[in-house]
Amino acid sequence: MLSAQGFGGPGKMKEYHYAGAVENRFSPYAFNGGTVLAVAGEDFAIVASDTRLSEGYSIHSRDSPKCYKLTDTTVIGCSGFHGDCLTLTKIIDARLKMYKHSNNKTMTSGAIAAMLSTILYSRRFFPYYVYNIIGGLDEEGKGAVYSFDPVGSYQRDTYKAGGSASAMLQPLLDNQSDSCQNAASQIGFKNMEGVQHLPLTQEKAVQLVKDVFISAAERDVYTGDALRVCVITKDGINEQTIPLRKD
Amino acid sequence: MDTVETFSSQSQPNCKAAITKLVLWRLGFPKQVKVKVKTAKKHLVSRACSEPQLCFKSSSRNLLNMLHSLNPHQQQNGGFSFENSRRNAVLESSLLEGAYKAPNPRKTGTTIAGMVYKDGVVLGADTRATDDMVVADKNCMKIHYIAPKIYCCGAGVAADAEMATQMMASNVELHMLNTGRPPLVAMVTRQLKQMLFRYQGHMGSSVIVGGVDVTGAHLYSVYPHGSYDKLPFLTMGSGAAAAVSVFEDRFKPNLELEEAKQLVRDAIAAGIFCDLGSGSNVDLCVITEAGVQFLRGYDKPTAKGQREGQYRYKPGTTAVLTKTETPLSLDVVDESVQLMDTE
Repeated sequence: MLSAQGFGGPGKMKEYHYAGAVENRFSPYAFNGGTVLAVAGEDFAIVASDTRLSEGYSIHSRDSPKCYKLTDTTVIGCSGFHGDCLTLTKIIDARLKMYKHSNNKTMTSGAIAAMLSTILYSRRFFPYYVYNIIGGLDEEGKGAVYSFDPVGSYQRDTYKAGGSASAMLQPLLDNQSDSCQNAASQIGFKNMEGVQHLPLTQEKAVQLVKDVFISAAERDVYTGDALRVCVITKDGINEQTIPLRKD
Repeated sequence: MDTVETFSSQSQPNCKAAITKLVLWRLGFPKQVKVKVKTAKKHLVSRACSEPQLCFKSSSRNLLNMLHSLNPHQQQNGGFSFENSRRNAVLESSLLEGAYKAPNPRKTGTTIAGMVYKDGVVLGADTRATDDMVVADKNCMKIHYIAPKIYCCGAGVAADAEMATQMMASNVELHMLNTGRPPLVAMVTRQLKQMLFRYQGHMGSSVIVGGVDVTGAHLYSVYPHGSYDKLPFLTMGSGAAAAVSVFEDRFKPNLELEEAKQLVRDAIAAGIFCDLGSGSNVDLCVITEAGVQFLRGYDKPTAKGQREGQYRYKPGTTAVLTKTETPLSLDVVDESVQLMDTE
């Protein structure tokens, strides 16, 4: 804050002296921007992220997607500090291999989520500066989304946005998608009257994700360049890249 | 709590000192003051009051007039009162419970650039205004009018840039009327830098002033603390580095108009793409001896993506919780027809 410079307290200016050696504290973290989004459908899941990697006012890369494939049925989206994102995904990959070798089966999405929670909490006092969202299919083949905070608190969701533009995307998703997939539930599209309670189809979900990122790129400076969408179905993982604003 | 101060003097020099103190008092500190002034020749006695009714005689009468004509709240010339800055610093440092945080002023992020070409000056700017790292305005105007052939690009804190340029425009108008001459770019720069220096950098606006006057085409940049540069090409703002790299590569003196416009457009576009604080469109302003060409939205290198879905809501989507109908019984008193300008 400009006003605080040069003032030592009430009634006097700070002693002006040439600031020779300035103590700049080293920060182990950096914020590299990026937004991640995941939506769970009846028999599919979508994980999408923008591909811009930035720092301060500059752009490091226009092609650095934040979705990482873990298994044939699970994709994780990580945004925040890129160094921690890379390390975390390496650790998860190693743990997945270890599990496969000891248990002779692939980890399920729910198991990966539980494991990630313990990995993140093990670093409770020097956290991984990463906002994670896992999207995949559960044991029954239904879509599942698990969202995390940097220290490991997680819950299963129907849809979740994370990263720099999360505050812009989440309300839009609340309005447009279905928060509760129970057939018996009466809760429908939030805050809207008389709207047909239709389950989200795969095409509509992909369209919604693309449109929502177009809006995020307009207003969030950290989001842009391109959008990487990964659609997970029982047939495998389908990836597509859509261009976004580059400014 | 009012304090009582006593001015007293026995001789002429001290009398002046006493009167000076009184003048200062009159200027800013309305308190109860008891004044006793004795000059060598006559002694004058007054009573304690908030508005001193002094009976000065002969030589001091003009002083009395001066006292009464001074308004206690008149801003003294040539100085900024840093009272609020001091208060802000105290609030921020000491009131931890209240967690006082001054509201962040909106900065323009920005890339602004200007260059001198064969016939005059070309100014360019992007159009994004940011609130921290969220875009607040996708199409704001950063090129401001100062005089018929002098325009100014503003970067930094949006409000400061806006106010500084408006102040300059007013001052230039008054100066023109006072001197009867069209303004010089150097005059605008001097007034701007004097104002910004007076505010000691608290007015966070960086400005590029360009224009054509009787001496020719000139381009100046003025920094928030009051320093200025006079150069053939200049860039300011968070995207200055990106824009200046384009200028350093391709600038030549005495370019033609189209080349100059293209170069400035390219410099601003570099800022738009490579700097997160700048974006949207390129505005240009070409100033020559003949006049000014303000090209708002000269280039739009980025476009909003096409949405595929429909997000309009049907009437009735918003829930009506209660409905109250109040019939108003009105009588027609007067009927008149006014033509509207619909063009």
